[in-house]
Amino acid sequence: MSAEAQAPAQPVELREVRGPSATGGGSRRFFELLWLISATEFKKSFHGTAFGYIWSLVRPLMLFGVLLVVFTRILKFEVPNYPVMLLFNLVVFGFFQEGTGAAVTSVLAQEGIVRKTQFPRLVIPLSSVMVALFTVALNLVAVFGFIFIYGIDPMWTWLFLPVIILLVFALTAGASLLLSALNVRFRDIAIIWTVVAQVLLYATPIIYPFEIIYPGLLRDVLLCNPFTLIFEQARVWIIDPAAPSALDIAGSWVAMLPAAAIYVLTCILGVWVFKREAPKIAERL
Amino acid sequence: MAVDTTQNGPATPRGREFDAEPVVIEASGVTKSFRLPVNKISSLKEQITTFSRPDYRELHALRDVSFEIRRGEFFGIVGRNGSGKSTLLKVLASIYAADAGRVRMAGRLAPFIELGVGFNPELTARENVELNGVMMGLERRQARGRLGAVLEFAELEEFVDMKLKNYSSGMLVRLAFSVMIQSDAEILLIDEVLAVGDASFQQKCADVFHEMRDSERTVILVTHDMGAVEHYCHRAMLLHDGEVRGMGDPGEVARKYLRLNFESAPSSGEDSLGEVADIVVEDAWLEDGAGQRAANVEKGEELHFCAELEAKRDVEGPTFGFTFANPDGVEVMGFGIPPEELPERIAAGQRIRIRSKVENRLAPGRYVVRCWIHRNRNISDIVLYSPHILDFVVFGKSEAGVAFFETEVEFELKEGEAR
Repeated sequence: MSAEAQAPAQPVELREVRGPSATGGGSRRFFELLWLISATEFKKSFHGTAFGYIWSLVRPLMLFGVLLVVFTRILKFEVPNYPVMLLFNLVVFGFFQEGTGAAVTSVLAQEGIVRKTQFPRLVIPLSSVMVALFTVALNLVAVFGFIFIYGIDPMWTWLFLPVIILLVFALTAGASLLLSALNVRFRDIAIIWTVVAQVLLYATPIIYPFEIIYPGLLRDVLLCNPFTLIFEQARVWIIDPAAPSALDIAGSWVAMLPAAAIYVLTCILGVWVFKREAPKIAERL
Repeated sequence: MAVDTTQNGPATPRGREFDAEPVVIEASGVTKSFRLPVNKISSLKEQITTFSRPDYRELHALRDVSFEIRRGEFFGIVGRNGSGKSTLLKVLASIYAADAGRVRMAGRLAPFIELGVGFNPELTARENVELNGVMMGLERRQARGRLGAVLEFAELEEFVDMKLKNYSSGMLVRLAFSVMIQSDAEILLIDEVLAVGDASFQQKCADVFHEMRDSERTVILVTHDMGAVEHYCHRAMLLHDGEVRGMGDPGEVARKYLRLNFESAPSSGEDSLGEVADIVVEDAWLEDGAGQRAANVEKGEELHFCAELEAKRDVEGPTFGFTFANPDGVEVMGFGIPPEELPERIAAGQRIRIRSKVENRLAPGRYVVRCWIHRNRNISDIVLYSPHILDFVVFGKSEAGVAFFETEVEFELKEGEAR
């Protein structure tokens, strides 16, 4: 042993080990891990397929094609710029659907890591959301190409796109945390969620514009869906400035409160539940 | 040649003093229990339709476990399956939260609960080493900087850009072990990963563990391998049913572990820590054909194994066994002293001298001599088990196999039949 090691024991600082947590280990490590895992998962998802990324675009495009035929040829919707609205909405909602769909089983899928390494648990569901975010970012490039070709002139309000994505991202993340934490306790959450996500697709003005719904209970219920306001506002900003804005359809700021409350509640609940469950996740798997 | 006995040595054996070193891990009263539902409920329907509260069985994995580890110590944790050692490791590694008690630690800790956790078969070695490094708490830059050293130790430089799924299992293990060794955390937690790779890689690993033992690094090793505990550890702790049952000299702890494991006859009585074995090995050595002490022998050369033992207490019906184990842990040969030649009892203070002539068919390599002593002519009643009383090298030209045999070979070349 070297002489300096024999010097009077310099006091070392003992820090308490508090066990696993959602975010433990410092923010730098958290973001590096989040980035690395998301990036590798994203790369992996296209690996081994001949057309790689194209597939992630083909899926919404297929749905888009079917719905377009149904609603313009069979049901004869008279909505200005319907095809671009439909495509844009499907791709953005696909972000939510894919993000939550992957996140709900993410903790279970990463069981090996969760049970055997020290790890900020929050990274796991969030990386699923990040992968979906990468995908939607790529898809939106194609969508805007389509919008442009369709004949919609670029508008300065396109600059609000990040706001829309951010709003969807936060809700997706909140729901993902909630779902992934609960799914460790109750494995059927994942199954229920596929159904609920499908219901949400129809309970949000995605394949139809909100204004075709008559005032009444249905309309009031749909107004409580935060996505209703987000997608309607997106339509104004991105596709059709003449469409009714979120404020227009709600009627007043007060009428927007239930949706806003649900939005905020989902996010807070997601973080709270995940933080509460995080220390116990490894034992419950 | 150093002789490993199970004497009641000082608290810090092997010539290193740790009293002056600061405590880097301090566990006090760590308690952890798991509630195991008798019928596991993991669906909502069951939760809703089960009106009475579900029945739980409380499993106490750890009860009031306390210990301190000082900087630079190589600390062993031993115990049977289900003794709580893995749970303890997971509490230390922040994978489980303790129910009660407190763990405090100084410095960064890298846990290796299993080799290659989080390795992604779809990624290359380069990407995996980086990912693994970040998981273990390094910055990305540091993790990348470590790549060269990791690959060099694993001898996998040429496969850096190959996906792990195309690696052989041996290569995978080498990479995983190398990642562990190159981790620059101050504290290493290692669970049962000693026996990996082929013989030459094992030798390399053994060297690294020896190095770690003498370095400033603190290592916690959880293992079943009492040989490893005695070989590497400065101090060890025995866990049984979630409680600390022994702490101190690795030889002592290993012996207690074996006693527990073999559920020895009541004669062994209450075993207090620090108790001297009833018979101890005072000395063990090799002699060559001329009767000279030798550290190593040449392949095929005459070999005499000698040992001197002393009874510290009276032992009824003793039996003795010795085995030679090669670096793979394979006991290549073993011999005992025929019981009819042994006295009915050995009295305290009597010395036993054993000389044996062994036909030397050992393949070249390093061997470790293990020693077993039982009482009452009963092999489950262990007086002493020492996994390492002597080691020596057989040198010479290596051939296939763990032993060699004189072989006469006839060789004939025949003309093929014309077609």
